[in-house]
Amino acid sequence: MSEITSKRIAVAKTYKLFVDGKFPRTESGRYFKLADANGMVIANICQASRKDFRDAIVAARKAQPAWAGSTAYNKGQILYRIAEVMEGRREQFIDEFIIQGFDKKSAIEEVNNAIDLLIYFAGWSDKYQAVFSSVNPVATSHFNFSHPEPTGVVAAIICSAQPLVPLVHAVATAIVGGNSIVALIQEKYPLTAITFGEVLHSSDVPAGVVNLLTGFAKELASHMSSHMDVNAIIYQGDDKTQLHLIENNASLNVKRVAKYDSAYFLGDELRSPYPIVVLQELKTTWHPIGI
Amino acid sequence: MAKKKSIKPSINFTTLWQYAPAPEANDHIKVEKEYGLFINNKFVTPKSKKYFATTNPATEQRLATVAEANQADVDDAVTSAKKAYDSVWSKMKPTERGKYIYRIARIMQERARELAVIESMDGGKPIRESRDIDVPLAAAHFFYYAGWADKLNYAMPGITANSIGVAGQIIPWNFPLLMAAWKIAPALAAGNTVVLKPAETTPLTALKLAEIIRDADLPPGVVNIVTGAGDTGAAIVNHPLTRKIAFTGSTDVGKIIQRSLAGTGKKITLELGGKAANIIFEDAAIDQAVEGIINGIFFNQGHVCCAGSRLFVQESVADKVIRKLKDRINTLIVGNPLDKNTDIGAINSKEQMIKINKYLKIGVNEGGEMYQSACSIPAKGYFIRPTLFTNVSQSSRIVQEEIFGPVLAIQTFRTVEEVIEKANNIPYGLSAGVWSDKGSKVFKMTAQLKAGVVWANTYNKFDPTSPFGGFKESGIGREGGLHGLMPYLKF
Repeated sequence: MSEITSKRIAVAKTYKLFVDGKFPRTESGRYFKLADANGMVIANICQASRKDFRDAIVAARKAQPAWAGSTAYNKGQILYRIAEVMEGRREQFIDEFIIQGFDKKSAIEEVNNAIDLLIYFAGWSDKYQAVFSSVNPVATSHFNFSHPEPTGVVAAIICSAQPLVPLVHAVATAIVGGNSIVALIQEKYPLTAITFGEVLHSSDVPAGVVNLLTGFAKELASHMSSHMDVNAIIYQGDDKTQLHLIENNASLNVKRVAKYDSAYFLGDELRSPYPIVVLQELKTTWHPIGI
Repeated sequence: MAKKKSIKPSINFTTLWQYAPAPEANDHIKVEKEYGLFINNKFVTPKSKKYFATTNPATEQRLATVAEANQADVDDAVTSAKKAYDSVWSKMKPTERGKYIYRIARIMQERARELAVIESMDGGKPIRESRDIDVPLAAAHFFYYAGWADKLNYAMPGITANSIGVAGQIIPWNFPLLMAAWKIAPALAAGNTVVLKPAETTPLTALKLAEIIRDADLPPGVVNIVTGAGDTGAAIVNHPLTRKIAFTGSTDVGKIIQRSLAGTGKKITLELGGKAANIIFEDAAIDQAVEGIINGIFFNQGHVCCAGSRLFVQESVADKVIRKLKDRINTLIVGNPLDKNTDIGAINSKEQMIKINKYLKIGVNEGGEMYQSACSIPAKGYFIRPTLFTNVSQSSRIVQEEIFGPVLAIQTFRTVEEVIEKANNIPYGLSAGVWSDKGSKVFKMTAQLKAGVVWANTYNKFDPTSPFGGFKESGIGREGGLHGLMPYLKF
């Protein structure tokens, strides 16, 4: 037998979107090629369209109330579970980092950081409410308290400076507080993002709570920020023009805007509950005291 | 919705129960003929050279003329605020800063009656409300936030508190002095300086507050008050030296402000419109609920962003509740805001009266059944009878749009799920009310309603310690309480 006939042919993987707990291709049929360092084509990546985004928002909106209604303990366990499953897939993530152009050492470092960041936010699931709530000593005969509630559906444009930590940060800060999220992963590092979707798929995250699209921010940013059924938008990155556009469009329905520059994901402030809080609404409840 | 038989009120109040006039004296009130802009602790002539009149909506008489600040005037105000921030206020010991704010609270209390009377004359609200609610709450806000000035590091866990700089603040005409207090007190406590613009129809109590700030001997430039209309507000929003903008007003203008701030990095607080659901279950204490509904919609002529303007009554008690509401609105006294018996004063401006009347027409044209109290209203001035609409549907414009007047749209419901769906099916999310004697049901409702303030078995209650602000298109950020500090701190 010649060498070519005896060699085992590797099974190439198709990377697709992650929407409503499934892995559909983009409805548009469009793709962009991802090549490795040697110029070999690794995959044809889905180039998500406006309609894919719309479908994902429909799924996110549908999934959000039940997710918000699940217990804080349950949310914490699911976030922890995501970290567990990622831990088991460390080698795969590291391999994909290397395919995407990283050396092994920096790959290991970021994968570790991403997993640890999930553990960090998992722990907040039943604590941020207490830290950011208050009982308010009003001067009338009422019991009055304020506590955070999820803002609803969050859209996110994920920073392309690093493959995993920014994505994990956006997903964790949104869902730990009972929101659902539709995240757009830009063209540079789609492999690790979709593999992260597979992790979510096998971590008891209910369908629709996290939806991941791969595509071009330049094409979709305007649509994502002007969609009327999105309550908040996360912008990660350094493109001031794009941020301006997003903030401008956000005013259409008074979206909350959470913004992070790419340096944020390398800094010490990454471990902070405030990114959870910006995706929360404070509710104040009054009730008379009496008989 | 099927046309239902009309429910008639059961008591005729129109000829009985006349109250003797009980006017609050206003001869001790000092209002200047003309007011300049309050910049650097002085009233200065505007560079614009322009003035506009502010009138009493109950008499249509001019009370004073006030300066209209143009861009150059706003620039002067912001520059003085910036200078005061850099050289004095941000460097002052927090304890001392707090003592200045306490002074403001105390002087407001000393001059409370004067402020209340001017508030009622300039804005049309009943003296009972300005005297018992607006002014005491405004003073209480300063007193509350004064105490925060030297405790800011306890406000936000894990964060060292830092001020932002110059705060530009734009307030509405429905609670003129109270909104000024909501804005100025937390800003100062957090170490910022202020340029505030009161609404063009109600500038007088803000200008009285300027006198109080001057008398409290605050360092010049810490608080600057500039009068004017939309262009003046825009100049504040767009001034490069304002680093934080706080706005209370309509959702339409709030969106414009949010858009103008895109890409600037300025912090923003928006307190915008509302269309609150007030929900009455069959197991509620009905008479108390009726009082709550009345207070919810007719407080301050309905010029309240959190007004309970959509009533949802459980079907089994709908006839009873509607009859009681019709009885009750006939006992409401509409008229002279300075009369201590008055329940409903004057509509704030002619413009607003025209808008409300337009909505009454829309309601009738869309098939709503309108019921108005049979009370007499003064021949002069801007007045509207308390109004109820039945036979309206979820899609009616008077159900979906904020009217900002004494107009209640009444719908019925059968199940908890139905009323949650209806209550939340609106772009607004400022406030809501729930009436039931069953605790578990109350908490189910308060948890499900998408609103920033939920009153259960009460309505329209406010307190400096209690955060206020909306979900969705009702705004961003909170004012009042510990959470009201966050928008004025850097993080």
